[in-house]
Amino acid sequence: MKKIVLSIAVACLLAACASQEAKKDVPVTDLTTGTPSATTPTTTGQGTASTTTPTTQAGITGNPLTDPKNILSKRSVYFDFDSNVVKDEFRPLVQAHAKYMVEKRDAKIRIEGNCDERGSREYNLALGQRRAEAVKKVMTVLGVQESRIETVSFGEEKPAAPGHDEAAWAKNRRGDIRYVGE
Amino acid sequence: MKRFLLALLLAFAALAVRAQLTIDITTSGGRQIPIAILPFAGESSQAQPVSPVVGADLARTGLFRLVNTVGVSPLPAEPSEVNFVDWQARSSEALVIGKVEALPGGRVEVRFRLFDVQKQSQLASLSYVVTPAQLRATAHRIADVIYEKLTGDKGVFSTKITYVVKKGTRYELQVSDADGANAQTVLASNEPIISPAWSPDGGRIAYVSFDQKKPVVVVQNLAQGTTRVVAAYRGNNSAPTWSPDGASLVVTLTRDDISQLYRIPASGGEPRRLTTTPAIDTEASVSPDGRWIAFTSDRGGSPQIYRMPAEGGAAQRLTFEGTYNVRPRFSPDGKSIAFVQRESGRFRIAVLEIASGQVTVLTDGGLDDSPSFAPNGRMILYEAQANGRGQLAAVSSDGRVRQRLVSAAGDVRDPAWGPLPAQ
Repeated sequence: MKKIVLSIAVACLLAACASQEAKKDVPVTDLTTGTPSATTPTTTGQGTASTTTPTTQAGITGNPLTDPKNILSKRSVYFDFDSNVVKDEFRPLVQAHAKYMVEKRDAKIRIEGNCDERGSREYNLALGQRRAEAVKKVMTVLGVQESRIETVSFGEEKPAAPGHDEAAWAKNRRGDIRYVGE
Repeated sequence: MKRFLLALLLAFAALAVRAQLTIDITTSGGRQIPIAILPFAGESSQAQPVSPVVGADLARTGLFRLVNTVGVSPLPAEPSEVNFVDWQARSSEALVIGKVEALPGGRVEVRFRLFDVQKQSQLASLSYVVTPAQLRATAHRIADVIYEKLTGDKGVFSTKITYVVKKGTRYELQVSDADGANAQTVLASNEPIISPAWSPDGGRIAYVSFDQKKPVVVVQNLAQGTTRVVAAYRGNNSAPTWSPDGASLVVTLTRDDISQLYRIPASGGEPRRLTTTPAIDTEASVSPDGRWIAFTSDRGGSPQIYRMPAEGGAAQRLTFEGTYNVRPRFSPDGKSIAFVQRESGRFRIAVLEIASGQVTVLTDGGLDDSPSFAPNGRMILYEAQANGRGQLAAVSSDGRVRQRLVSAAGDVRDPAWGPLPAQ
């Protein structure tokens, strides 16, 4: 019984993902053109290396991961204070990366959790880990194998914004998605 | 409320020229022992005078008041030359005299005597034969003797502290004397360094390095300068703390789950899991008798301090006030725990007496962190924030005396007080 409920939930999430992607025209086409080209230059070996080559061509077949018009170039998921809930506004971003991972089977990522400066360093390190895990969970539910995602935390050690007010803290409570080899 | 500004002239210490450190001391209530520390005969011909270091050490504790010695002439160097009536008139309770003499072969002999002015009796008399480079260390040893004679507690002036200095994008793990002098960089990196922890014998420091682009636990041998990665498993490896015998570390790993506590051999090796909860368990501190581990856990919904047997097992919650009590550190006698408490959005250092459950808030900063007991249990060193920069501060365990160690060196953080030196 539980299994059925779960699979329905997964199906719903996937559906939500698909409909999101359908609305945004750019990412889907970029991805499909990007994937075959990645397999051709086998001389370099890893597919990850080839994903960086298209950037030089700029324009139609740019690297979706770095193309500023592509949602995949967005890597940060921001969290509320004391929270590790992935907010709805960041779900399309996480879903896009999950979809990319599902299609590009050799890609591996690290999700880096971060906190604002308040509180103890080590507890923040653990909290950052929990945030990274929350992002990972969304991606594994969408079909990305757990073994392809490593979650780490930088705690409060790598603030994106240097300030000491809520505006800075909000930018520092985040999970960053990084592709291995980037 | 008395306030002193002690500008310590660290220029005397050749190594510490750039570490110009000002120690700002605030004391409230309580008695201070008036003590006269006379210039030592012959010390002015040495590059490192002794008596100013002794005086600064004692004054920094907030437990002593330095009696004015200006105009005393001639300076007594022997007991027979001391005019006790004069020192009674200056309301000094204790008096220190001394002598520094060059010996053939480049060594120097330092002698000092401590007197009870009222009883006109000698409390201590010691002599040291050292190299001129050891004069500052000798001054700390003299201050240790005086402190112990007059307060009954061990002095900690000959101990070391470690802390991390952030300079721009660079991180340095430094070790200095307890007064901030002789700062030396033992590790430098472009990635963060956090959570340094002294081994019980003071010979090694465990810390968390981000050099591998993720937190891993490293043990560095200070004398040899060698490092060994002792935990670099999947995910995070952090929060090292030593067992009292120095043979193992308790660390936080995420290799099997979210942050949980494990014990690993200090030289590296297979971790043994100590906690199995669906919550964060981190920031372990092992009791001085080795029987207990205090740690932070949010198993009850908010982060609180718990205690469990050193090999794992049922944990008992120790903090109940407030919704954020973290980063426990056992006192050297094992009877209390210093920790970080959040109250109305401010993070402060508090101390918990384990037997009674009594909590006393010791500081009034906004972002205080990383408390660390002095090995005599009388002071707690911690990281305070001022103008967006970390700086070191210390508070007496009764909250009466506060010190701020203001350094020009940059953003100073995550301090840990080293053990008493081996006798």
